This record gives sequence, structure tokens and C-alpha cells, in this order.
Amino acid sequence: MLGSYIPILIFILVAITLPVVGLLVGRLLRPHLPTADKLMPYECGVDPVDDARGRFSVRFYIIAILFVIFDVETIFLFPWAVIYDKLALFGFIEMVIFLGILIVGYFYVWKKGALEWA
Amino acid sequence: MAEWIIVYGIIPFAKIAVIVLVLSGAVAYMTLLERKVIAHIQVRLGPMRVGWHGLLQPIADGLKFILKEDIVPARADKLLFTLAPAISLVPAFVVFAVIPFGPPGMMEDLLRWVLSPFLDAAAVESIATHSAASGGFVTDINIALLFVLSISSVGILGIILGGWASNSKYPLLGALRSSAQMISYEVALGFSVIGVLLVTQSLSLVQIVENQREAEVWYIFYQPLAFILFFICGMAETNRLPFDLPEAETELVGGFHTEYSGFRFSLFFIAEYAAMVTVSAVAVTLFLGGWLRPFPNVEWLSFLDLIPPLLWFVIKVFLLLYVFIWIRGTLPRYRFDQLMGYGWKLFLPLALANVIVTAGVVLALM
Repeated sequence: MLGSYIPILIFILVAITLPVVGLLVGRLLRPHLPTADKLMPYECGVDPVDDARGRFSVRFYIIAILFVIFDVETIFLFPWAVIYDKLALFGFIEMVIFLGILIVGYFYVWKKGALEWA
Repeated sequence: MAEWIIVYGIIPFAKIAVIVLVLSGAVAYMTLLERKVIAHIQVRLGPMRVGWHGLLQPIADGLKFILKEDIVPARADKLLFTLAPAISLVPAFVVFAVIPFGPPGMMEDLLRWVLSPFLDAAAVESIATHSAASGGFVTDINIALLFVLSISSVGILGIILGGWASNSKYPLLGALRSSAQMISYEVALGFSVIGVLLVTQSLSLVQIVENQREAEVWYIFYQPLAFILFFICGMAETNRLPFDLPEAETELVGGFHTEYSGFRFSLFFIAEYAAMVTVSAVAVTLFLGGWLRPFPNVEWLSFLDLIPPLLWFVIKVFLLLYVFIWIRGTLPRYRFDQLMGYGWKLFLPLALANVIVTAGVVLALM
């Protein structure tokens, strides 16, 4: 059974060699003429104004937290769906309770305005 | 032992080499197809100069990518800046390890023909009929669908790292938008897939197509809503129009790859197009019957079996890729608040409802 994962390992190795070989071959062919202006971060032609890694909107964090909750939820549903024919009614009721809790939380998040972007 | 190495090492390696070459070629010509189709939608001609109707354009582009100077901005994080395109590219390719292109046993005759000069008849026969070697796929694992979802999520890391390592404002904004968009739509994508799982009760992609053959119907007819949700979320996941806000040229210049040039830029580009092929291939496998011909249950259509299964798969993937391009040529870009709103307030509830309704119907039919 574990044998069927060996091709995946081979595939990963092959996929890694692609960019490595490409970059190494390119290094022999391409010009390398850096100047101070060329290496400046792009900012529509003006000199960059202070550091790029400043503050950004807190909404990105909220989305990230929501993602973790909902994505773990989906992962729980995968094994449930695969053996659904064995769980039958018990599985259905369990899932409705499970998703019910999620949906209550979802509407709470919605009413709190965490899904609004403006 | 030697047989084991051939079955799990050499034959997969040969398949991988073919897939990587075909995929690279397909991605290169996807760019030409896209330019041509969009050009004709906009009543232009598109590339015409390099080769007949621009047929050599992708080769010229590829050469140019390799010959262009590779600029690493002075304030960038050099290690992450180098790693990011590779982190984005590798998962986009590796996903193809589990995607079934053809039925089990598809390559039996080919293997017999290739191996017979090297091995004795008994060994050839046992390898050629080995299920892991003869199938039209690199490998068949029982968690294939989970593998596809998890590996393709790794690609997001490449985009975040690329934007952050550039240490420039537009790439950072593009990367933030991109990651927020991709994780938002990944939730709805995951839920839309569960509908299919409830019907088919397997995570193995080979098994899912086999089940569609036994059910004598493509799952798109059982799960039409899930298919639409999967395709829309797939478009958002690959940052394609109308969801291409991360690279929105008119406001963010180029998004997360603004500071990238030359070959490194092309790696991001290849990753994006390979991701499109992935989404199409997974959609075909889950909803459109993979390598099966249309209407596998209708007897008088059996002349369609003249087209080999592998070709059916390629045709369906190509059609979905064409839809990607078509939509790009037709729809304008969303605003970012609209995009997040649709993802969380429309597609997620719809996908959830689809899961509950499907579970109820499956239970009632049990």
C-alpha cells in the first residue's frame, strides 16, 4: 500500500529539478548588469517611500481565522461522507447537529459584520 | 524485488516524464490559445508574426524568459525571493500524480511491447497486469482527493512568500489579497466536493470515475450545483478573471509578481496555468466522468467508444480550459468587497445547503 506513495515522491523530485535546472541554465545565458536604479523596488517611478512591510487591514486576519474554523469543518466532513452509507440515519442526525452549531456561529459572524469588507 | 522497483519506480518515472513534458507543452500553448481566443473575441488577430498564425509564439516567449536578465531587488529577502516561485510551481505539477487520465489496465499492451525485449515472459506478464503499473495514472492512492486539495493549497504559500520577500508595496498588497481570496474560496470548494463524496463514498479519483461508470451517469447530473460552485471557486483559486484581483493590472500593476522578471516570473506564470489545468482535470474527474464517453449508459451511442478513453479525458479538459478563457474574454473584474461577499455570503451557504440536501436525499434512497 505504501508503495503507491513512492511515485508521488518521484514526482516531487522531478518537479523540483525543473525550476532548479531552468535557473541554472539561464544563469549561463542571461545578462547580469545590476544598477542601483534597476534594483530599486517598483513604485510607479518615484523613489520608494518608507518600508513596504507596514500595517495592513485587520480584516485579513479575521478572514484567516474564519478560514481555519471552516476548513477544519470541511476536513471533519470528508471521512464522514466517505462512510455515509454505513452511518445512515445516525450519521445524518449527527451531521445536522454538527453543521447546526457551525451555522449558528456563521450567522453570528455575519451579524457581527465580520464578513463585510467596506 | 526487481519487479517491485519497475512497478513503483521506473514505470511511474516514465509516466511522470511524459506528463511533465505534455503539461509544459500544454501550458505553453494555453498562453497562445488564450491570446488567440481573446483576440478573436475582441475582433483582433492576436499573435501572427512568429510562425504560421503565431504557432511558434510560445517557443519565442520561452526563449525570451530564459535570456532575460533576472533582477533581484536590493531590499528583497534573497532566499525567500528565490524559493517562492518554486514553491508555487512544484505543487501545481505534483497534483497530477493522482489524476487518472485513463482507465485501469489501459497500458497493458504498451507495457508488454516495451518490456518484452528486456525481461522473460512471466515477469513481463506479471508487471503488465499489475494494477499500479498498467493504469492510465501515475498512482492510485485511497486519499487522492484529499491529496489534491492539500497539495494545491501549498501553492498559496509561494504567492504569499513571493509578495512578502519582494519588500515592495504592490506585491505585498497583491499577495495579501490573493491569500485572502484563495482561502475564502477554498472553504466553498471543499464543501462542494463533499456532495460528490456523499454520492460516491470514495476519495480515490480512479474509484470515483469507476463508480460513475457503474452508476451509468456522470455525477454532474446528480450534483449540478456542486459542479457550478466547484468551477467558480476553482476560477477564484487560480486567480483568473473575473476574480483576478491579486494581479489587477490597472490598480496593483502586477500583484505579487510585480518585482519578478525573467525565468522566475515565468515559473509563477506556468504555475497559474498548470493550476487551471488541475482545476479542469479534477472537475472532469469528479463531475464529467473522467475518461468515460458521454452518456455511458446509452447503447446506440457506443460508436463514441471509437475515441479512446485518454482522448475523451483530454477533450473534456480542453473544453473546460476553453470556458476559462471564454469567461475571461466576456466578464469584467469584480470589486474586492464583492468578491469576498460572494465567497462567504453566497457560495458558502449554497455549498452547505447542497451538502445537507444531498445527505438527506442519499439517506432517503438508501
